[in-house]
Amino acid sequence: MSQGLVADVIVIGAGIIGAACAQALARRGLRVQVLDAGLHGATAAGMGHLLVLDDNPAELALSQYSLQRWREQAPQLPDGCAYRSNGTLWLAANPEEMAVAERKFLNLQAQGVTCELVARHALREREPALREGLEGGLLINGDGILYAPATARWMLDHANIEQRRARVNEVDGNRVRLEDGQWLHAEAVILANGIQANELCPELPIEPKKGHLLITDRYPGTVTHTLVELGYVTSAHNAKGPSTACNIQPRPTGQLFIGASRQFGTTDPQVEGWMLAKMLKRATEYMPDLAHLNGIRAWTGFRAASPDGLPLVGQHPQRKGLWLAVGHEGLGVTTAPGTADLLVAQLFNEASPLAAPPYLPERFLGEAVHA
Amino acid sequence: MPDMIVDGRALHVAEGTTVAAALALAGDGTTRTSVAGQRRAPLCGMGICQECRVTINGRRRLACQTLCQNDMHVQTRP
Amino acid sequence: MNEYADLLIIGAGPAGMSAALAAAPSGARIVVLDDNPLSGGQIWRDGPQASLPKQARQLRERLHACANIRHHPGTRVIACPGHKQLLVEDADRGWLIDYDKLILCTGARELLLPFPGWTLPGVTGAGGLQALIKGGLPVQGERVVIAGSGPLLLASAATAKHNGAQVVRIAEQASLAAVAGFALQLPRWPGKLVQSLYLFDRQYRTDTHVVAALGSDRLEGVRLSQQGTIVELDCDRLACGFGLIPNVQLGQALGCEVTGSALAVDAWQATSLADHYAAGECTGFGGSELALVEGEIAGLAAVGETSAAEQLWPRRARWQGFARALNGAFRLDPKLKALAQADTLVCRCEDVPYAAIAGHRDWREAKLASRCGMGACQGRVCGGALQYLFDWQPSPPRPPFSPARIETFLCVDETPPA
Repeated sequence: MSQGLVADVIVIGAGIIGAACAQALARRGLRVQVLDAGLHGATAAGMGHLLVLDDNPAELALSQYSLQRWREQAPQLPDGCAYRSNGTLWLAANPEEMAVAERKFLNLQAQGVTCELVARHALREREPALREGLEGGLLINGDGILYAPATARWMLDHANIEQRRARVNEVDGNRVRLEDGQWLHAEAVILANGIQANELCPELPIEPKKGHLLITDRYPGTVTHTLVELGYVTSAHNAKGPSTACNIQPRPTGQLFIGASRQFGTTDPQVEGWMLAKMLKRATEYMPDLAHLNGIRAWTGFRAASPDGLPLVGQHPQRKGLWLAVGHEGLGVTTAPGTADLLVAQLFNEASPLAAPPYLPERFLGEAVHA
Repeated sequence: MPDMIVDGRALHVAEGTTVAAALALAGDGTTRTSVAGQRRAPLCGMGICQECRVTINGRRRLACQTLCQNDMHVQTRP
Repeated sequence: MNEYADLLIIGAGPAGMSAALAAAPSGARIVVLDDNPLSGGQIWRDGPQASLPKQARQLRERLHACANIRHHPGTRVIACPGHKQLLVEDADRGWLIDYDKLILCTGARELLLPFPGWTLPGVTGAGGLQALIKGGLPVQGERVVIAGSGPLLLASAATAKHNGAQVVRIAEQASLAAVAGFALQLPRWPGKLVQSLYLFDRQYRTDTHVVAALGSDRLEGVRLSQQGTIVELDCDRLACGFGLIPNVQLGQALGCEVTGSALAVDAWQATSLADHYAAGECTGFGGSELALVEGEIAGLAAVGETSAAEQLWPRRARWQGFARALNGAFRLDPKLKALAQADTLVCRCEDVPYAAIAGHRDWREAKLASRCGMGACQGRVCGGALQYLFDWQPSPPRPPFSPARIETFLCVDETPPA
């Protein structure tokens, strides 16, 4: 049973990546069908942090470009997307971390990212809730936050986009088979379904990285910038075992959104008390008064992590007609517009806004076997 | 007989009085301001609805399930 | 150092107190938790304007006098971080309790349905008003309208009148036939018959429901549909509740099965989870007499006194009959689903209107799209309403089961389990 050609492009996954790709194509006049199985993905669970990360040049290029695209789109975003440009304040707890801050400052400045070093005495003027004795920080002014689920919905709200609740059980190039047995096809299929991607393509090197989150009741005015410890860069990001790092985001509602934790090797969505305790302890080490605030909800999410921390964006080298936009780990929301632009450029064989090679799937899947 | 301050007003109440009741004795009984700016007052009276969230001695607590005590400072704004 | 209980009882209402006292002679180390400042639950809530029946006072005295029962008031369960382990919190601290057996006596809460003006100061639940008055809320000389459904309306009206309020109307949505049919059965339970006569009020109207609460900054009046006619009454308070919903969240989180909307229990009050029992309103609404005998059975069963427990089955059966009659009589009219208008707030915590919620596929989708249910009440009020309005099943509960201080979460050991 087949439904035939249903659209110009089929997108699997209505999270922020799928939505951004669909929007970009729809704005070009293409008919897009977005299939989503209704599972709660990273977009629904994550922090919606928009930030530049410079662990490596390719990461910086993608995040910087994409953040600029968010800033350009911001005036169009409806209120429900809760976009704010409140900056990220990276916190140094000791001289070693401050040295990291200084290196980052130089690197980012050289790349044209607006940022400023914050000395020890000025830190608590900026953020009175921080504990005494921190060494200093780096404020990245152009970073921001947004509410990703509403943003994905807004992106998908386009005349050329048809959304469908359906589970895809098989992908064959530019054809997909739904749970009910129907085959749909299009000119291209884009796989943008996060940790479910390797159910359809087992060869993808995507691993789920579990994260815990907690949100407090409303305490407006407590924190201004998103506060992230520099230890995040040195410890959590590169660790193999379970790890936590201080990440405190002030929501426009006045709630404090607290992360961040990482665990490999599990897809159990249960909130684990020991991990929550570890994560919250870390946060209170930077902001002691947090201990007295009320947490009202805790949940988990799974980031789709790739081995080198960069997403896979481009045509599948062995499966003609299938395009990949997966493996964004914790930078999905940040890099959604950049991912969409990269992919669209490749689909239309146009000049890419960014050098594409660092993100091409070939680097893991091998050389292309088709034209 | 508890002796407390509610939104800046001094108040004496009978032993065993809840903070929710004290707010009605001291003022209009409202406990918080909603997201859209409307005043709210206790709804369920049994610690479920969270409408009676107030600040007591710097901590956020439910007025309907908290008994008044000496030297309590209760704030319902912001 | 964790606290330890041979038998941990959640809730110090009739069921919880009865369970504790039934189990106490065994010598078991018993711990009873309750989130209210005093024991008694809802029906026997104490306070400066409460009048406790003698039986309630006696039970409470016995509970506090018993050497092997430890009662923690003002305490909430926050999480179950380990096997037979609960994380709890009171006003001062959080701590862990390890236990061997558990009895859930978590009671019920009111079904609060949205209608225009329901967020105005002055609008409460029916049981809500009763609870607030008992805690000292002044209502002397105030005009009160009581509305919704169930015998709780009469009890609430009685408390209001006893404390000097003028009850101007009691609006019961059930039909005269349903209520009268129930009243005719009351002679089967003579104590209840006497109670009901005592509670009867001239202002009681059947086939009557609230349409809107009126006023700008606070409640000034109520619009009712009274036997088909629209009536407006000036008033200072509207106490409106549509019956009771069992509090099953903690039971569900532990892994107990739910049938219908209540925790499923067998003849021993045992849930589907070994060593976990449940008694009282959380197993289905039935009033204090049923809660007392269920609690007693659970307490005896939990300490192995099975033949003593079995002897109580006939008494329980009697009160289950009363419960069935009650639940049948006060069934809710489907037209109550149409009370909310497009701009009526459904989620009070996050100010989400009906129009932003209706039309979604299910609770989870509505929550993600509108933020409904993401506030401090954790979906207990709006979720209860939406379950009635759209048949939406709420999501499985996640910790924290109640807002809790961040420092409480830190009581859990950071070491990952083996």
